[in-house]
Amino acid sequence: MTGYEAIIGLEIHAQLKTASKAFCACPTTFGASPNVNVCPICLGHPGTLPVLNRNLVAYAVTLGLATNCQIRRQSTFSRKNYFYADLPKGYQITQYEDPICYGGSVEIETDDGVKRIGITRIHMEEDSGKSIHDLDIDTLVDLNRAGVPLLEIVSEPDIRTAREAYLYLQQLRQTLLYLDICDGNMEEGSLRCDANVSVRKVGETRFGTKTEVKNLNSFRNVEKAIEYEIVRQIEVIESGGKVQQQTMQWDAAKQQTKVMRSKEQAHDYRYFPEPDLGPVVVDDLWKEQLRAALPELGLARKRRFMAAYGLPSYDAAILVDDVAVADYYEEACANLGTADAEAYKAVSNWIMTELLRIMGQQKCGIREAGCTPAQLASLVMAVKNDVISNKTAKDIFPAMLETGKTADVIIEEQGLRQVSDTAAIKLLVDKVLADNPDNLAKYKSGKTNLFGFFVGQVLKASGGSANPGIVSSMMKEALDASDPQ
Amino acid sequence: MITYATDRSDINNGATSCAERTTACLQRIDERASLNAFLHVDADGATAAAAESDERFAAGLARPLEGLVVAVKDNINVAGMPLTCASRMLDGFRPLFDATVVERLRDAGAVIIGKTNMDEFAMGSSNETSAFGAVRNPVDESRVPGGSSGGSAVAVADGMCHVALGSDTGGSIRQPAAFCGTYGLKPTYGRVSRYGLVAFASSLDQIGIFASSLHDTAAVFDVITGHDPMDATSDPGAAGRALDVIASPHASPLRIGVLPRTAIQGCEPAIITAYDEAIERFRTKGAAIIEVALGHEEIWVPTYFILATAEASSNLARFDGVRYGLRAEHTDISDMTTASKTAGFGAEVKRRIMLGTYVLSSGYYDAYYRKAQQARRLISDAYNAVFADVDALFMPTTPTTAFSLGERNADPVTMWLSDYFTVSANIAGIPALSVPFGKDASGLPIGLQLQGALFHDERLMQIASLLES
Ligand SMILES: [Zn+2]
Repeated sequence: MTGYEAIIGLEIHAQLKTASKAFCACPTTFGASPNVNVCPICLGHPGTLPVLNRNLVAYAVTLGLATNCQIRRQSTFSRKNYFYADLPKGYQITQYEDPICYGGSVEIETDDGVKRIGITRIHMEEDSGKSIHDLDIDTLVDLNRAGVPLLEIVSEPDIRTAREAYLYLQQLRQTLLYLDICDGNMEEGSLRCDANVSVRKVGETRFGTKTEVKNLNSFRNVEKAIEYEIVRQIEVIESGGKVQQQTMQWDAAKQQTKVMRSKEQAHDYRYFPEPDLGPVVVDDLWKEQLRAALPELGLARKRRFMAAYGLPSYDAAILVDDVAVADYYEEACANLGTADAEAYKAVSNWIMTELLRIMGQQKCGIREAGCTPAQLASLVMAVKNDVISNKTAKDIFPAMLETGKTADVIIEEQGLRQVSDTAAIKLLVDKVLADNPDNLAKYKSGKTNLFGFFVGQVLKASGGSANPGIVSSMMKEALDASDPQ
Repeated sequence: MITYATDRSDINNGATSCAERTTACLQRIDERASLNAFLHVDADGATAAAAESDERFAAGLARPLEGLVVAVKDNINVAGMPLTCASRMLDGFRPLFDATVVERLRDAGAVIIGKTNMDEFAMGSSNETSAFGAVRNPVDESRVPGGSSGGSAVAVADGMCHVALGSDTGGSIRQPAAFCGTYGLKPTYGRVSRYGLVAFASSLDQIGIFASSLHDTAAVFDVITGHDPMDATSDPGAAGRALDVIASPHASPLRIGVLPRTAIQGCEPAIITAYDEAIERFRTKGAAIIEVALGHEEIWVPTYFILATAEASSNLARFDGVRYGLRAEHTDISDMTTASKTAGFGAEVKRRIMLGTYVLSSGYYDAYYRKAQQARRLISDAYNAVFADVDALFMPTTPTTAFSLGERNADPVTMWLSDYFTVSANIAGIPALSVPFGKDASGLPIGLQLQGALFHDERLMQIASLLES
């Protein structure tokens, strides 16, 4: 293993959330009955023609701008010709010689610091349909997906480890979600990833022979398959062999890559310019409008959370990973009514411990978790202002979810307001000391661990409403002042 | 031949009716079945449409083409009628929608009488590649009508309809129009929507018109042109105004470009004689005759065949037996597709698909397809230069009159050369019109061609009116 380095590039396909398909008016809804979202155009009926969905272009430019790409003023579509039962026209409309975006980059945060991964190109294309083979006799074809718009994002071979590949994919997915142009679901196939992998001896400047690994349908599989392929290639070289230029398929069940097709079996796609579509023109005005509409992206937001709210990197990374969570966090902080680092951190803690847990259990978004940002802010402020203890806060949290009321309302209704009135507490302290002369004597004789007992008795007598901090300090004072009898 | 303008005035003054005219067309189609011009005749639909047209005339609500009897080439979608492209490949297929041109014609009151025979997938120059038998020339049934829109040309020439729609990829309207003695217009690329036209070579294909008069050509042109949002290559401009333009006087002294003798020396003498006569007629009407050399003539046909076959190889990929049309049963998908194509396509179609696949193949793309695209620019530039100087370019439509059935089948290249004068207009996208002009000694029609600058379709028709006798 040592002495080698891996050269990795990813090709990512992102299915776009446009309302209609790339070249016809059919809806793109996922999960419909087979062959429902189809029309003569996406069925490839004779005489039909494609008409470009402008939103596809807008989404492509938006992603290009978000990943620091150059935007081509005029780009063209091409046809990629091959036969398959789920490819209705016998060709895929894609971009070939002049993709709409090129020359960009994405930053990832590795354990060794920030690394920049280059983006060679982003191009627009249409998806194929789906073939269903797992039936005994027939192959069934579902063309709902045929013509759904895709962006193909091709990275430079800048990635060196499986972990970096994972982080890059994650970063790109986060960007797609922030831009709200793809739902990023690898299991459902709305985000797909192929990896080009080669290895070479450290110090070597030429690239080794690469393989393309396909069928990486989860983040975990991307990391594992690349890791496997790197080891496999090194073993081939170490045992005196040569890596073959092949397309590999990741077999998740067997946890290994296997050959899908050799170089000789590679398709000749006979690309040529698509004559049915004119050039795609993105003028400066449109480009600048799209640039102005770009939201703050994940990494920038994370850095701002650390600077503005004083959050640790760990917290900030988790909060910004889901744009809805990050929005929620900021809304809750704005509701605090005070700029206080401790409270900001408390909001983060509540989200990370309670709300993310509920979201995981109920498979819902943060807005469906039952606690509004205003409610959470009221809870945090009640603790901060010593109105309730942290423990009480944890106790009333379920009631907040259930009733939708703010912490303040629940505290009033249940009489949970913490007593911070020193005169009232003093009365209770004196009463506890008077009622427990034996323990007082033992304390005075050195059994100082009875301190907790006295404090507990006061809290109990207050019905749990006394501020434990104040009780504690007043009890200490009273015990120190009292004489042994 | 029958003309719509005449029939319309007769209908208006009660001398005849749409129903009567439609019935006459249907009868003519029956009587002349030996010409094999039609692949489908919709007698019921046409009769019903004609009856509705008569009601509209009676109510004073006649639309611009009310009662016009139209035949449609069978590579253009008409909802409810079969679509075959004269191929076995589309066996049993019925399109779900009307082509934009058909929709516009119906909306203007036209009666769609049926679908006309053609070369299979519009690949051919003699109408002999049809899977449903050759079409015969009405003047001499031993001769071809030209292709690929042979059925449409015959339908108009023989009085089976007022006008017919065809498609012209390299001369498929103009050459049969010349062979059959009708007008044949290939409009500027983009002026008529291709939506609903089965693609042969998308960057060259253009739907156009066969008619017995310039007036009818112009009337149909005005209806079927204009932007179509369903066709991304459709020109955004407004609909045509050919009827107005052909009726208005010429704005300035006309300049007609003619070819040097060397360029027409391969033509039959009767065609050269007709050409000279027509030039003389232009001259007597006050036009200046300017001899022009376009250049690059030797690359017209090769450029055309590389571009057309490349696009065809891709356009015809969809006929795979999976979703519609002919399917040869097989357990394996790839075998099924291969067997379906083998059974469904004829020899000429297979030849062109293979050629097109070859010129797009990795390693050959630069030598053929890319070079052809460069040649295309050269040819367009040459035309632009010429049209800076002349209003129209005048030349024969074909080097010969209609040849005999079977005569050129043995040698595809000779057949392809019959498109010599027509392919360059498709390469450059410019409008071109074949005008019937006399006959040869055997009585076979001769066609002469006017080509104009991009979007000068109306102007071209106006200039052609000078040749009307
Ligand atoms: Zn569709």
